[in-house]
Amino acid sequence: MGPRGASVSEFLHMGGYGFYVWTSYGAALVVLGLNVAAPIVRRRRLVRERPGTSAPARATEPPPSLK
Amino acid sequence: MTLRRYASPRHFHDLAGRLIPWLGWPCAVLMAAGLWTGLVIAPPDYQQGDAYRIIFVHVPSAWLSLFVYAAMAGSAAAGLIWRTKVAEAATVACAPVGASFTFLALLTGSLWGKPMWGTWWVWDARLTSELVLLFLYLGIIALNGAISDPRKASRACAILAIVGLVDLPIIHFSVEWWNTLHQGATVFRLDGPSIHPSMLVPLLLMVAAFTLFFLAVLLMRVRCEVLHRERHSRWVREVRA
Repeated sequence: MGPRGASVSEFLHMGGYGFYVWTSYGAALVVLGLNVAAPIVRRRRLVRERPGTSAPARATEPPPSLK
Repeated sequence: MTLRRYASPRHFHDLAGRLIPWLGWPCAVLMAAGLWTGLVIAPPDYQQGDAYRIIFVHVPSAWLSLFVYAAMAGSAAAGLIWRTKVAEAATVACAPVGASFTFLALLTGSLWGKPMWGTWWVWDARLTSELVLLFLYLGIIALNGAISDPRKASRACAILAIVGLVDLPIIHFSVEWWNTLHQGATVFRLDGPSIHPSMLVPLLLMVAAFTLFFLAVLLMRVRCEVLHRERHSRWVREVRA
């Protein structure tokens, strides 16, 4: 485990701050994961989508109210 | 001439596709090294114990919250001046990434503040100006969603992004200008870092990893944005085929 101690439970305990430390790292993992997943999912949708057939991510023509 | 060629959506799309792995893999390696040195090798802090290890995700996300904003404002200016389609796409592509890292900086700061300061939140200058940054990002996302012509939306977002630049120096200097619970700069100081190398090394590894991460996901997002905006052109139909 390196110089900080031998056991996994000690590592997870983080000197009593385990909740704060691991929640931070968990949140970071979620944010990083979503940032990778979002463009992959969008690209898959964009490549599959045929113009004019399925509903695009954004309206092709502005609604009359905005014209 | 060459620069112009790569600024065309089609060439950008191809070039970015080839660049992404060259950013992604170094990012993964640096992040693994940063996590190992930060969580295992670095000793506990003499005052904060192991709680200070939050720094290795907090500082890189806070750094990105500012860096992404600067990148967004830069591409906004380029889009307004030269009407470059790729720059216009990059402006709106930056906003969700920046928002997510600003949120992460606020959340991890809160999780660090609770055990160290005894409170999740204080309305002081650093925290408040960072919260304003989150609202700027969310405002740009909302503005982009509210205007259906992508190019008009980009231009509106660009103006908002440039106006919001004023928040960046406020965030950076807030810890010097006002009394605050938040600690001052420990890395980017005139007289050199005041943090021990055993903690500085993982911090710099994580900052580098997060920066590469941003560049990689930005290219991924701009590629999507360009595919969407150019969906009626022939090259996009070829990509689909």
